[in-house]
Amino acid sequence: MKETTRRDFLTAAGTCAAAGLLFTGCKTMEAVTQIMEVASVDTGPVTSSQVQSAVKVGQAVAKTFESFTPEQEYYIGRTVGAMVLEKYPPFNQTIANTYINMLGQTLAAASDRPDTFGGYRFQIQDSDEINAFAAPGGFIFVTRGLVRCCKDEDALAAVLAHEIGHVQEKHGLRAIKQSRITSALTTIGLEGAKQFGGKELAALTQTFGESITDITQTLIVNGYSRTLESQADLAAADILTRVGYSPQGLLEMLTQMQTRIKPGSLDFARTHPSPLDRIKALEPEIGKFIPYSQPRVRLERFIKYIAWV
Amino acid sequence: MDKSMSVHVRQSHVREKPSFLGRILARLSHGDRVLVLDDKTDWFDVRVEATGARGFMHTSALTIKKVILNPGEQAVEKTATSDEFALAGKGFNESVEGRFRAENPHLNFGSIDRMEAYGVSEDQMRQFLFAGKVMPKGEPL
Repeated sequence: MKETTRRDFLTAAGTCAAAGLLFTGCKTMEAVTQIMEVASVDTGPVTSSQVQSAVKVGQAVAKTFESFTPEQEYYIGRTVGAMVLEKYPPFNQTIANTYINMLGQTLAAASDRPDTFGGYRFQIQDSDEINAFAAPGGFIFVTRGLVRCCKDEDALAAVLAHEIGHVQEKHGLRAIKQSRITSALTTIGLEGAKQFGGKELAALTQTFGESITDITQTLIVNGYSRTLESQADLAAADILTRVGYSPQGLLEMLTQMQTRIKPGSLDFARTHPSPLDRIKALEPEIGKFIPYSQPRVRLERFIKYIAWV
Repeated sequence: MDKSMSVHVRQSHVREKPSFLGRILARLSHGDRVLVLDDKTDWFDVRVEATGARGFMHTSALTIKKVILNPGEQAVEKTATSDEFALAGKGFNESVEGRFRAENPHLNFGSIDRMEAYGVSEDQMRQFLFAGKVMPKGEPL
């Protein structure tokens, strides 16, 4: 069997990958070439059949964020979560975290995406700022400042349901640049051609790190587009209704937030459309705010388990 | 025609009714296969291939691809050229996380592990709703 050098092979695969990707643009092509170069250092010769298989992989790499398996999404989510905890540390009070997981996981079970690889998990963060983050796969974080904006369980349910909406619609994964997705899937394809060596692992880890940065940059600094925020709000209204909470909890929470956020601050105000705009967008779906009643037992447990944070 | 699908999450359930509160009939793991008898709603009517158990599973737990656990080199090669397979443990995985953690030792993965320990069972969910007088639509608790 004809042997090709590793570099020849990778160049061939890169070209073919690029050929299959013309429609996705030059940046993607550059990424393929780059990853090939990183992965190609001194890993020895490969056979022609392996070249063919990599060619096919190259053609197959024209994929999107949807190509990540739930398992890969889970690993992305764990690391995004660890980064989010860099911004605000965890608030480690078992009673409050247990309560928020009871509420949140029940809501997630009723969402359009109840099954993620490792399941949904919720964590309170020790900060007075008003903020929340949804990492891929279902790792959801809410600051004490945001919990304090919620006057009852229905309002807190609305906050969590909105974040579940982001996970359900894979908004975090959408923030990953196409070039990284191509790089990652091409490197993964190389596993087929040869045993996965240290160089490929290094290349994949680099792409992993860049993907994490894409997501955290969006979650913490830039925020999602108005369209995606609105999608999460509508998903939240559906979830709340299915479980038996008042979707009016969303309007209650947004009204509170409007009075508490400081214009120009670096938290929620920076990464989200204004609460008033979100209320306006929701009203055609769930109607204008009407004060809702809350069974006493529900309000009492809210006060006992979490209102004190 | 009935189609075969695989579980692509760590764990999922076959339920008596097509609902998030449906009684659990069977627990399935990553890679287990089911025959889909009806996929008109998001809750698929399925039969578990290994045991014959029949019930409902949510579409988000399933993939049309065949999941290969512990894939060897041959399986990997085959998969690299086809969309019919999904490999467990490949790509962004434990090794990649391990290497990333070694490069970023300050990151707080211990808290992520602790967060994962907060699992809530189906019975706890039901009790939580009942105790708070939360009434899911059309679902007697």
